[in-house]
Amino acid sequence: MGPTPHIAVIGGGSTGAGIARDLAMRGLDVTLVEQGNLTHGTTGRMHGLLHSGGRYAVSDQASATECIEENRVLRDIASHCVEMTGGLFVKRPEDSEEYFQKKLSGCEECGIPAEVVSGEEARAMEPHLAKDIDKAISVPDGAIDPFRLVVANAASAQEHGARIETHSKVTDLLVESGEVVGIEVEHDSGPGKRVHGTEGGTEQIRADYVVNATGAWAGRIGDMAGLDIEVRPSKGVMTIMNIRQVDTVINRCRPKGDADIVVPHETTAILGTTDEEVEDPEDYPEEQWEVDMMIDTLSELIPMLDEARTIRSFWGVRPLYEPPDVGSDDPTDITRDFFLLDHDERDDLPGMTSIVGGKFTTYRMMGEQIADHVCGKFGIDADCRTADEPLPGSEDFSVLRDYMDEFGLRSPIGRRSVERLGSRADEVLKTDGPNPTVCECEGVTRAEIQDAIEGSGSDLNAVRIRTRASMGNCQGGFCSHRMASELHSEYDEPVVREAWDELLQERWKGQRHALWGEQLSQAALNYALHATTQNRDQDPADGDPVDFSAFDSGRGQTGGSVDSADVAADGGTNGY
Amino acid sequence: MSLPTEGQMAIESEVLVIGGGLGGLTSALAAAREGADVRLVSYKQSTLRQASGLVDVLGYTPDGDGPLTDPYEAIPSLPAEHPYRKVGVGTVRDAMALFDDAVPTYEGEHTDTNALLPTHGGSIKPTARYPAGASAGLASDTRDTLLVGIEEMVDFDAPHVAAHLDATGVPFDVRGETIRFPGDLRADAKVTRYAKLLDTNSEVAVRGRMVPAREALAQRVNPLLEDEQRVGFPAILGDDNPGAIRDSLSDHLGVDVFEVPMGPPSLPGLRLEDALFSALDEAGASIETGNPVVDFEGEDRIEKVFIEKNGAKIPNSADQYVLATGGFVGKGVESDREGVYEPVFDCHVPHAADRYDWFDGELFGDHEFARYGVATDDDLRPLDASDDSEFENLRAAGSVLGGYDFAAEKSGSGVSIATGYAAGQRAAQEAR
Repeated sequence: MGPTPHIAVIGGGSTGAGIARDLAMRGLDVTLVEQGNLTHGTTGRMHGLLHSGGRYAVSDQASATECIEENRVLRDIASHCVEMTGGLFVKRPEDSEEYFQKKLSGCEECGIPAEVVSGEEARAMEPHLAKDIDKAISVPDGAIDPFRLVVANAASAQEHGARIETHSKVTDLLVESGEVVGIEVEHDSGPGKRVHGTEGGTEQIRADYVVNATGAWAGRIGDMAGLDIEVRPSKGVMTIMNIRQVDTVINRCRPKGDADIVVPHETTAILGTTDEEVEDPEDYPEEQWEVDMMIDTLSELIPMLDEARTIRSFWGVRPLYEPPDVGSDDPTDITRDFFLLDHDERDDLPGMTSIVGGKFTTYRMMGEQIADHVCGKFGIDADCRTADEPLPGSEDFSVLRDYMDEFGLRSPIGRRSVERLGSRADEVLKTDGPNPTVCECEGVTRAEIQDAIEGSGSDLNAVRIRTRASMGNCQGGFCSHRMASELHSEYDEPVVREAWDELLQERWKGQRHALWGEQLSQAALNYALHATTQNRDQDPADGDPVDFSAFDSGRGQTGGSVDSADVAADGGTNGY
Repeated sequence: MSLPTEGQMAIESEVLVIGGGLGGLTSALAAAREGADVRLVSYKQSTLRQASGLVDVLGYTPDGDGPLTDPYEAIPSLPAEHPYRKVGVGTVRDAMALFDDAVPTYEGEHTDTNALLPTHGGSIKPTARYPAGASAGLASDTRDTLLVGIEEMVDFDAPHVAAHLDATGVPFDVRGETIRFPGDLRADAKVTRYAKLLDTNSEVAVRGRMVPAREALAQRVNPLLEDEQRVGFPAILGDDNPGAIRDSLSDHLGVDVFEVPMGPPSLPGLRLEDALFSALDEAGASIETGNPVVDFEGEDRIEKVFIEKNGAKIPNSADQYVLATGGFVGKGVESDREGVYEPVFDCHVPHAADRYDWFDGELFGDHEFARYGVATDDDLRPLDASDDSEFENLRAAGSVLGGYDFAAEKSGSGVSIATGYAAGQRAAQEAR
């Protein structure tokens, strides 16, 4: 065997991170590049459902079977990212009995454990379900944190020697003699961890093979080499409630439809979703009717949603793909299956494969197939180990010890820290100094923030997705300056200020879709805290210099325009 | 809900003020000092505990010009719907004089010029009045400064605040140091715990020796002090005895000591609330807290309001009423997906029909919601959709008023004091 092949993986979502981990574990050299943070694209904008496969048990049984297989694998290798909530497919009186029976038999055919429960039993499990529901099918759906999962995959890849570059946008594919030989990237702040204010630059990364795992952005990468990759991005809204109205995944048992799922996720419940084809995965309308539809339609299943508080909404873009000859008009008809496009076979351009379509739950399986494909190119015979080796955080971790006492944390906070960190709890929480809570809504302590900063540079949004800090009710109102201060132990003030502003802007973006009732009151309070109490909207550090000598310097002190205009002339600096 | 009301004698007063924040308290105080028989009812904790305790009048114009050196000078050119324009600049000055008289622990009345104070985030903000405890921290004072943070306290990171202050261009050198607070407070102790320890000056163990808390705190800071002539702490220096605590620390350290105002829960805000309640009590008003106004009777005039208490609706009647229930933050203005409303009297709140017009896409953009509240005539009577007064004996004060963005202008306290003063005084005069 020759020298170790170097593979460039484009895309830091679940697929890209899964591929990078798999290839790195098989001993290949890997560089993963991502234009934003890890999960920046579709992965960071999903409802967090770990599919049992039940949703596809009627329409797409191949996908359903893959889902239940991978559901079992992820419970094992990613236990610290998964909460096995269980799921229900709930039938209302007006929903079709025939479809209910098809769902049940479909689950059986695909090997998905499914059981019919009466309306009464379902309401005993989930008391906020509507009184008039008929019955339900219970399935092993779960909730999964996509951020933690991808960060853990990237960390594992790194442990196996991979290079991970976030905030590095691919600007070109390097093509020589009719073959892809690498990529050109623009680093936002230089290679390595992101640090605000660090000068960026272009880098050419030569590679023996390139994997395009950019999902809805795959067409853009293809364009750089004149390839036509017909991804059909389809947007869906997700609306986040401030509490968990349900502790079980609630699906509406009817054929495809909008607004038919509620996923309990950490401290929240996420309502989803819509399915609308869009032209541009980065620029599409986010509309009021979509949010209203989530609340109005899902209130048929869970009436209290109508009056409940939402904290934000976000949209994700599915990277749907169908072979050009199918020609579905409706995006809901496009398969959820994934496709591996070898551009040598397909377009006579060797050196690159694109992976498109697919679903989050089967990310690992997609990574395995791509890794097999790449290894095949280089005649490497190495087994895939990603289904057996737990991710960092899920290693050998079966008993929740009494961490509360051990780390001096109040019990709910200690419990949540440990749930998030899994087997890394010891390593992260054992600190010398006091470990106060930085984010009260989500129970995130200083030690976790510091651990996340170590992994993500000066990027507070990257700290956010690693820890959930600022993702609760107050949406950063109370904790964003605290998170900024935590950065200051490592980074200079101007870097901190830039990162802080960026976090505030990001938190505002999704809240705009929740601005009525309680959350509008919350937004008004946050505005008052940031603008009135902290004066961040008129911060002189960001604006014009202030003539301090023109203001009150205290009773009987020098300075102040009223009684000592002459002192103001020397800038007030000689007052003492 | 139908609650028993029959047979209840109404609790009577000349002026009934609904709301216990800065607007309501000033309003009740102004009415009481005018000689009226005043009753104040408030439901929830006021938003003062969330405010820094600084009393601003006007820091920036609605166009964002500023920081303004003279807040009064800018008032006549504010938009016509601004509450300051309704009451006029003379009333603003009179109202501030009432405040100065009622709350002697505040400073800044010696000049019309705004002061700039450091904030706990590290920026500076313009304000007209400040607690005595903050006065040694003015940013136009050129003395070099040491800021001291507490390791366990995530809201005030002294090295970060110092570096940020330096970036605002303050005319002095500033440095931040972090200490462990003496005594065994747990990592997530609330500010009130620190304050209590300093208030009682209880002894804490320092290297096996028992030392009073104030002295122990000073001992931690002393070795860190270089040539600085003043030391700033986060606002935790006592709830009951802040002056004595500062003096004591100052004696031990040999330099002036000040507090940097903080976010919620804010001790300076709570101290201000206490001071105003005491002043109101002294002025002879009757005060009832903890119960909401849930209903009222009356068409053109409010005849009575009903306060829910222990499951019963207690009628309260007055000749004149003041609505000082707060804005969105205090829940004096509420909203749902369909619109914005005032929940007590259902006074008209002008607002855009489409809720996506209520806010701006930018975090600190021009948010319409920030200016939502009741519109009034020049006598502060809320107006309905046809610009007629809703009730002839109702006035509104404080952030339930619309037409201004207190957060952008840094005018929240001043508007509450000025409109509270005007509404209370006029209500009292009319009730005579």
